[in-house]
Amino acid sequence: MIIRPPEEYRLSRRQVLKLGGTVAAMAAIFGVFPSAARASPRKAKERLAELTNGAALQKGRIHITLPSLTQDGKRTRIEVAVDSPMTEEDHVKALHILAERNTVPDIATYHFSPLSGMTKIATRIRVAKSQTIIVAAEMSDGSIFYAKARCKVARGAGGCG
Amino acid sequence: MRPEMPRVKMQSTAKVGEVIQIKTKIRHPMETGWRKGGDGKAVPRNRITRFVCMFEDKEVLSADYDSGVSTDPYLLFYSKVMKGGTYTFRWEADGGQVFLASRPVTITNA
Repeated sequence: MIIRPPEEYRLSRRQVLKLGGTVAAMAAIFGVFPSAARASPRKAKERLAELTNGAALQKGRIHITLPSLTQDGKRTRIEVAVDSPMTEEDHVKALHILAERNTVPDIATYHFSPLSGMTKIATRIRVAKSQTIIVAAEMSDGSIFYAKARCKVARGAGGCG
Repeated sequence: MRPEMPRVKMQSTAKVGEVIQIKTKIRHPMETGWRKGGDGKAVPRNRITRFVCMFEDKEVLSADYDSGVSTDPYLLFYSKVMKGGTYTFRWEADGGQVFLASRPVTITNA
């Protein structure tokens, strides 16, 4: 035998749906669903402007090798090369790598000298989720070049994300 | 604790003006300080924050690392050899820990 609650205590389907909607709205208002503390493309842009003292950015001269899809965002190989003669008069002073959607956009800054001979590095970076990586190069004459590369991070073998 | 011996791979001889490749790797957890351990407490921050490569008394390359650098930081870069000498590599970690390595280069067919 099934014991049913009296009619006045039961909720109709409509009431249940209404209640669900109210709870979701409350959660949204009071921030029950945690929003991940991540950088945004805007924050990355601001950080880049900070690093380069707001100088005008030009496109080109930088070549980025980054997998367009990776299984392992914790150690993603990135190669960056900058076209420069690397002489005393004309060389790359610094190279910044930023991630638009990591917790903190900064990845690393490399400082070069004419002794470097060639501006080319390879390293492994953390890519928290599918996003754009920004690379900016400060030249010895003060000009700044930048380039972007997309990297998609596959989560698990299912490949959703 | 894993051993934290830096590894450097590069040629030991070079011609004058030759640009040589240098590969470095160091074992380090690169803990960001945000991750929670098994006990639910945040694992304290422990990162390599700076890497410097010097040739004799001149800086070849230096790097400031932030949270986006992977565990066991690996770095490949290049250097122009104008004379024989010693390359020294220095990693600076949180808490004043320093790791050092050095490699000599001699000139052939000068």
